[in-house]
Formats: sequence, C-alpha cells, structure tokens
Amino acid sequence: MTINTQDHGRAIAPAARALDVLGGETTEAGLRRYLEGIPGVDAVGLEQRAAALATRSIKTTSKARALDTIISLIDLTTLEGADTPGKVRSLVAKAVTPDAADPTTPRVAAVCVYGDMVPAALQALGSAHAGAAGNGIAVAAVATAFPSGRASLPVKLADTADAVAAGADEIDMVIDRGAFLAGRYGQVFDQIVAVKEACRRPDGTYAHLKVILETGELNTYDNVRRASWLAILAGGDFIKTSTGKVSPAATLPVTLSMLEVVRDWHRLTGEKIGVKPAGGIRSSKDAIRYLVTVAETVGEQWLRPELFRFGASSLLNDVLLQRQKTLTGHYSGPDYVTID
Amino acid sequence: MTHLAVPKTYKLFIGGKFPRSESGRTVEVRTASGDFIANAAKASRKDARDAVVAARAALSGWAGATAYNRGQVLYRIAELLDGRRGQFIDEIVQLEGVSARDAAAQVDEAVDRWVWYAGWTDKFAQVAGNANPVAGPYFNLSVPEPTGVVAVVVPQETSLLGFVSAVAPPLVSGNTVVAVASERFPLPAISLAEVLATSDVPGGVVNVLTGSPAELAPWLAAHADVNALDLVGAGDTDWVDLQIAAAETLKRVLPPEQGDDAAAPSLDRILAFTETKTVWHTKSLL
Amino acid sequence: MSFLEYAPAPESKAILNLKSEYGLFIDGEFVDGRGEAFATISPADEQRIATISTADAADVDDAVAAARRAYENVWSRMSGRDRGKYLYRIARLVQERSRELAVAESLDNGKPIKESRDVDVPLVAAWFFYYAGWADKLDHAGLGPAPRSLGVAGQVIPWNFPLLMLSWKIAPALAAGNTVVLKPAETTSLTALLFAEIVQQADLPAGVVNIVTGAGETGRTLVEHPGIDKVAFTGSTAVGRQIARSVAGTHKKLTLELGGKAANIVFDDAPIDQAIEGIVNGIFFNQGHVCCAGSRLLVQESIHDEVIERLKSRLSTLRLGDPLDKNTDIGAINSAEQLQRIRELTAVGEAEGAERWSADCVIPENGFWFAPTIFTNVSTSHRIARDEIFGPVLSVLTFRTPAEAIAKANNTPYGLSAGIWSDKGSRILAVADKLRAGVIWANTFNRFDPASPFGGYKESGYGREGGRHGLAAYLAPAASSAPRAEAAPSAGRVAAKPPRSSRRSTKGTDK
Repeated sequence: MTINTQDHGRAIAPAARALDVLGGETTEAGLRRYLEGIPGVDAVGLEQRAAALATRSIKTTSKARALDTIISLIDLTTLEGADTPGKVRSLVAKAVTPDAADPTTPRVAAVCVYGDMVPAALQALGSAHAGAAGNGIAVAAVATAFPSGRASLPVKLADTADAVAAGADEIDMVIDRGAFLAGRYGQVFDQIVAVKEACRRPDGTYAHLKVILETGELNTYDNVRRASWLAILAGGDFIKTSTGKVSPAATLPVTLSMLEVVRDWHRLTGEKIGVKPAGGIRSSKDAIRYLVTVAETVGEQWLRPELFRFGASSLLNDVLLQRQKTLTGHYSGPDYVTID
Repeated sequence: MTHLAVPKTYKLFIGGKFPRSESGRTVEVRTASGDFIANAAKASRKDARDAVVAARAALSGWAGATAYNRGQVLYRIAELLDGRRGQFIDEIVQLEGVSARDAAAQVDEAVDRWVWYAGWTDKFAQVAGNANPVAGPYFNLSVPEPTGVVAVVVPQETSLLGFVSAVAPPLVSGNTVVAVASERFPLPAISLAEVLATSDVPGGVVNVLTGSPAELAPWLAAHADVNALDLVGAGDTDWVDLQIAAAETLKRVLPPEQGDDAAAPSLDRILAFTETKTVWHTKSLL
Repeated sequence: MSFLEYAPAPESKAILNLKSEYGLFIDGEFVDGRGEAFATISPADEQRIATISTADAADVDDAVAAARRAYENVWSRMSGRDRGKYLYRIARLVQERSRELAVAESLDNGKPIKESRDVDVPLVAAWFFYYAGWADKLDHAGLGPAPRSLGVAGQVIPWNFPLLMLSWKIAPALAAGNTVVLKPAETTSLTALLFAEIVQQADLPAGVVNIVTGAGETGRTLVEHPGIDKVAFTGSTAVGRQIARSVAGTHKKLTLELGGKAANIVFDDAPIDQAIEGIVNGIFFNQGHVCCAGSRLLVQESIHDEVIERLKSRLSTLRLGDPLDKNTDIGAINSAEQLQRIRELTAVGEAEGAERWSADCVIPENGFWFAPTIFTNVSTSHRIARDEIFGPVLSVLTFRTPAEAIAKANNTPYGLSAGIWSDKGSRILAVADKLRAGVIWANTFNRFDPASPFGGYKESGYGREGGRHGLAAYLAPAASSAPRAEAAPSAGRVAAKPPRSSRRSTKGTDK
C-alpha cells in the first residue's frame, strides 16, 4: 500500500486514495465491485455489540474525565432557517465559555453553521478562532445544498467554495443519497471528489471535509458501511452520520459500524479518518457511550477533536449539569447553565 | 407326476445383499409341529459389525432423501408385501402353527402398518416441530431429525408383524436399521428382506440378522457407531445389561415390551428415534 | 491516565442479606444436614461466604419422602391453573429480588455481574414465567389429552449457571405437576438456597420443592434413590454416563444435558465484525464454562489470518477481574479444581504443538483466574480439539470447503451446539441441516430462551429443556390413550388382540 499518510488527509489530492486502493479503477463498475466485496453486516449482532458497549459503567474519576472530553469534542451547532448573526454570536460565546461559573471548563471543538453565517462566526470568535497552533475553536460550515443535497453539482461546488472563501475551516457536505440508493456509486464518488477539490484554498491547503452520509436515509447497515468506504476512498477526512434533519439521526450501532470502517481503513493504510455522530445525542450518558464505543473499537487515540466530534446543540448543557454535579457533589439545575 | 419343491435358502440381509453368515453357522428352522423347513443363517458379531457399517453408509442418503420420497419408498414396500400375501401366510402358518385366517390377519395388519407409517414421513416433523417465539430478533425453528443407526431387537412372538412394527417406525424419519429377527420365527423377516431388496429401499437402510438376540444384542448395544437401541423384543435377554452397555455412548434406548401388542403403532415410536434440532437465525430489516 | 482504565464500578454487596450457615431445604423448612458441612467460597478472592450443609442418605430419604407426600397429597391434585399461579408468583419474586440474586451468583460463582444481571437472572424469571403458563395447558403439550405427571423428580445441576439451571429443572417439572428434590453443585449452592427463601415467600406448599446440598455423593444418592420417578441431570458426560447406567432397568425417566465441543464455523463471506463478536461470546462468555461453548473455531482457510488478527485485537479489550465490577468481561474460574483442569489441557495443547496466545491480562493475586487463550495450528487429532476444556480456551482449525467444515464439525462424540457465520442463506440452512447438534446458531451464538428447546445429540445427552419439548420431559401420555390407538390401524384387525395399554411397563409410573 503506497497511500499518502499525511496528517488526517489534509493535503491529500482528491481521489488519490481510491486510485491507490482500487488500482486506478474508479469507474462505476470498479467501485461497485469493490464496495460489494466488503463483508456484510449482521444487524442483530451489530446492535447487540452496541448495546453491550452501552452497559459500560463509567464512574467517578473516569466520568469526570469523560465529561471534559465530551465538551472538547463538540461541534456546537445551529442550523436553523431562522439563524441570524446575533444567534451565531450567542452560540460562539457559549462555545468559548461553556460554563461562565467555571473557567476550567474546556472549550468546544468547533461551531457549526450554515455557510452564510461563517463571517459572523469568525468575527465573534476573534482570537478564539483556531489558529495555526490548532488549539482554538474551528468554524465548520454545512454545504452542498444541505440538508437534502438536491441541487446541481455546480451549485454544490459554489456553495462549498463560497464557505471556504469566507474562511470556514471545515466543510460538512452531504452525499447524494438518491444516487447512492440507486446504485450510482460513481456519481456519489465523483461529487465527493469534486467537493474536496472545491475545499482547496488558494495556498494549496484544503478545508477539512466531513462527509455526511445521512444514515437515516441509507437505512441499512450494509449501505452505511459501503457509503463510509466510498466517502473515505473519495477523500473525506471525516465521515459523519447525519444532518440532524432526518430521523433517525446518529445511533450507537450506526456509529459503531462507521468506526469499524475507520478501524479497518487504518489497518489497511495506516491513515486515521475521523467520525462524527450528529443529531439525537442529548445526554451525557449517551455521549459517554459513544466515547466507550470509540475507545474500544478504534482506540482511545481517536478521542481528540481531529478524529472525533459530536454534532450537537443541547448535549453541552447536559454535560455541564453533570460536570457541576461531579465537582460539587449535588445535583444542579437548568437555571445554573446558560442557554445560547 | 408331482413337482419336486425347490426350497429357498434363507440368508442374512446386509447392505442390500444376501450373504451367508461369515461364521458359516446355520440354525435349523422347524415348523410348529417340528418338521424341518430350512437352515437359516446364524449371524455372528462380525455380521452385526458389517450390518452397522452398511447402515452407517446408507444413513446420509436415506436421511437426506425428501420426506415425500421416503413415503413413496415405504408405501411401495406395502404394495409388494401385499402382493406376496400368500407366501407370507404360508410361512406364518408353518412357523407359528396358527390358522390361515390368523396368519392372514397378521399379514394384513403388517401391510396396514407399513401404509400407516409410510404416511407419516412428511407429517411427523409438522406435528413434533415448532416455530419458537423467542424474545428477540430471531427466526427460531425446532425440527425432529433422525437419530442415526438404530439397532432393533424385534418382538419375538410374531414372525412378521413384530418385525414390521419395530422396523418401520425408525425408517420414517430417515434412520437406518440393523434388525435382529425373531429367533424362533426368522423366515418371514428374510422373506421381507427380499421384498425390501426388490423395492426402492436403498441397500443398507434395513439390515436383517437372523440368529440369537442374546448373542448379537450385546455387540450392538456396545457398538459405538450405533446411536439408538430398541429393545422391544429383548425381554427374554439380559436387557438391563444391554441398557448399561448402551450407556457407554449414551445411546437412546427403548425398553422391552411383551405380548402381541408390543411395538403397537404410535407416533411416539417414530419420535423415539429422532433428535430435536433447534436453529436460530438473526432477522432484521437493517 | 488512560480513558480505558475505567475507574472501578463495583456492584454493591449491601443488597445481600446472607446467613452465615445454610441448612437443607426439606418439606418447606431449613434443616441441618447430617453430613459434614462445608464452606462455599468466592472464587475471586477465596474468601468464605457461608457454611453449607451436606445431605447424607437419610437426609435424601427425608427430602424424597417430603416430595412424595407433597406430590400425593397436594401438588398432583392441584389444578393446573393453581400450579401455574404459584409459578407466576415465583417468577415475580425472582424479578423483585433480581439484583440480590445476581450479586449472590457472581459472588459465589465468579461470573461477571453484567452476565448474572443481564443474562442469568432475567432468564430465570423468564423460565418460570414461560412454564407457569403451561401448567393449565398440558393437553396441548404434544402427549395427547390429560397427560400424567411422573411423580418425584431428582434433579442434579452444575456450577456454571447455578440459578439458571435450577430454573430449567424446576419450572417445567412443577408446571407438569411433579415435585422435586434438587441438588445444586457443591461450589455454587448459594442461589439455590436463596431460591428456597423465595419458595417460602411464594407460600408454595411444603415439600413441592426440596433442595439438598452436598458433593457428588449426595447427587449419586439422590439419582439412585428408588423413590424418584424422574432423573434430570446437567453436567459432565462422564457423570451422565454413570447415571444412565444406574437408571438402566428402572422405571425412571431420564434426561441428560451433558458436555460439548461445539464447532463455530466461519465462512469467508461472514459478516466479519459480528463473527468476531460471536467467536468471543461463544467461548469467553462465562469464562467458557458453558457446555454449548463454541470451543472449536472452524475458519475458512482464506480468512484465517485476518480472523485471528482481529480476534486477538478484540480480546485485548476484554477486562478480566472482580466479578462484581460492572465492567468486568471475564470473571473468575469457578474452582481451583477447574482451573487445574484448564491448565492441564492447555499444557497438553502446547505439548502437542499447537501455538498458544493469551491476552495480556493482569491476573489478580488471589482467586482462580485464567486469561483468554487461543490455540492456532490445531489439528482435529489434538486433545484440545476433542476434549471439553470448559474454560476460556479456543482451539482454531481451518477448512477449505463447506463439506470439509461439516465433516470436521461432526467429527466428535458430542453434539450439543454449533455456530455458522455466513451471508449466504442457502448455505446456512444446508449446513444447519447437516450438523449433528441439537442447537445451531446462525450468525449468532449462545442465545437462550425458555421457548426454545435445548439439548444434545450423541454423547451430549438426550431429552430437551425449554419449550414444549422441555415440558414433555416431565410428562407421560395418559394411562389410557384410546384416541391414539384408534388413530393407528391395529384396532380390531388382529384376532385376540388386546387394546393398547400402557404395556411399556418399564416406562410406566403406576403412581
């Protein structure tokens, strides 16, 4: 295997992985052969494994640590038609200072907004924006006719390029689920490659690309697994479960199956791909189950923002309530955490 | 001018062939009034061993046949048996010393039992099997399967009916049989073997040993490649010892029964030589 | 500190209210045994938990007599409806005391609390619940109308699933109208004695359930007791063989659930991640102390290396340690004796030339422990491929074609269970047809349910537990089964032929 192993694919040329792994056969037929050759998923077994991981009991010091880890992995998100610069400023303030009463609280990993809100987010972040050192808060923009993805390719590319030009560090694109379900894997692949190309900045670096599979529409775990491989082969830096606009959004079994792909990709190439469950993760208890699943599937080196994110909005406050309980020993209440 | 009779030679029935006993031994068979009829083969432990080998070799084919096919094959036996009704009546009258009417009743009953059992081949699994409603996303089914090689000591008091009553039930589900015939009345069992040989029953599915149950049964009871032991006709032997010997490889054992009601037709006799297999399979839309 | 070093999460023992000494449970009361009492210890730290009585022959006499009285005077006369209601009560009491029972089980047996909590005890309640409903429906059990109970059942159970095996024995026996004398395993009597308290709470008539504790001798005395009508045993094939001998020639009906050496067959098109989980669950569930454990992995040669690599990596995430910690995956080996056997057989495996790999676990100082272990390069002729190890030890063999897989899977005197992993439905069904085993799991393993019959072929025993079949093991057809005789062609055809009676004398109970 002669694949590039640059740091989480930031500078990988679009489609380079597929060329390496498939040996130049990135045709519709070549992709189909490859994806259909991947071992199947037994849904019952997968769900049982996820359920077993969910029974891990994370207590005391482990729990305290887990709560801080969760905060540091959150993409704090607002994706509403009613979003305004004011709403985004409020979100950013929360991202920077999750718990005003406790300055030791970690910051979240990123804020996630629609493309037109990127300037507002950057402005609100100011010096808190992720710099070259990489320890600030990043700005992620959804693109490619999010959430449905039902637009022509030029529109999707323009959407992407616009957000990148506005300064987005990360692009959360959606795949064409229609094309995927119709078996047109080549079309999905080509679009991801093209979007990746549109993530290129003038200086030759790329905005980080998260590929949203919208697993709730893919429906089966076999599809999730194939789509995960497809997204990675096409150059995705992250694979992400959901837009949050379709139910079911992230589930533990779906995330587990994606983590298994990431683990296998790492075994195959040495390269580390990120995973982002998004939508539906609202409680600390739930989030801790994801941490356990990550740690026991791909290893705990994945528990850092470069490789794992939670796409969430209400999760943060539940974690903060739990965090206060852990620190003070008594239960807290919603009036003791801020809304954004 | 009289026709000089051509007496039949009665041999063993092993693997679809009619060998003499490897031991060369025979036993005189006489009528109820003491007249000599024939020299039947007196099977040895090696004949029993050969019969087990033949039965094992025939097992996968017979057990693997469709239930419909087994039913047709067994029914065909009834047809042929009925066609030789006169011969069996004669043999029964000669051996058992009963009236021709009683002998005829025995043959008719034997034919009817074949027909009855033949009809069970494609039904017993529906009666004894289950779809099991387990608490989870599984397709779960229990089905009875043949136990394997069944050694049978047939009822000793009747020559034909006891043999049929004990041999037919294990065949229904697909077992193969090594049968030790009635010691006193061995000839109809061999005549029946001739029926089997000309029917569609594959060689080795039924093997017939004539001779001494007391001599042969211990070898069969202790044979590790025998899966089940029907002692229905072993009441006059040391059958508890046979059961103890069978315990060494945990054979399934049916105990002796006495009287002409021994091995009366029942579904239980079919199921006694079956194993319930339960298969779980995951099911999911996702 | 690593995230994966989960902080201890011990289940509290405060819920237990154990006595220091336990007697026998006979005729509704706890009484002292006349044999020599012994200590039951926790295999995780070798600390004494309680003192347990030994029932001698006179105690077994008393228990059988109590069961007989209860059978004659109360239980066989009670309506099925009311018997069912008692069983429902027991099911509910088990649910109510489930946490306590789980903690006691893990303490006494050494199994991880997550298994006793999520598998053993819920199944115990389910078993009683399932058979409770059968008590007034026996006409539909498959033995014709008005089947008879057998009388007094003598039941001997093993130490691997102490309370669960108790429920497999007692629930169907009582539903069918029998009374029981049950002997738990010497090292794991505790939950049976807690169950005796539940029997008291349920106000079950005295003598319907009797529990006699002790070692093998107590079990032998019970099984050979002339006053019982039914023997049900779960345990080793060696003991099962002895029991089959001792029951020979008696009227006792016998069911045996014995050993196994199950093949877990993984085809090259298997759903690989679930297959790995299934292999792990198949052999490392309950420390491999499972008669139906998938102890022989038969993997298609083309994916052997990949499967082994994935398996080792997965085993490295297993947590061995305190059975009461909620995150423990592998608990303690039940006894020093069993640990010794596992060590001996694994030493034989190495001596025979198989390649040994053990997970890198920290082994606690006290107690009985054995790290999850895989043997590769195993041949069918190796002892570790033939003998039941009954521990967390997997023997890996390969095959090239489905026919070879089937031949190797069946090449054993056992026939309890098997697993098949493949994405191809027609192959799964065809392989399932050809495997000589009583329970086949396709794309899953070690699943149990009260509605699902369980039991073996060949030297894995006979009879079934669970489902309608399990009920039939405690029933006999009605003494006069006229409708069945009429169904057969014999009636009236043969001169001087008596109607069919329960002439199968050695099977009758005449109670």
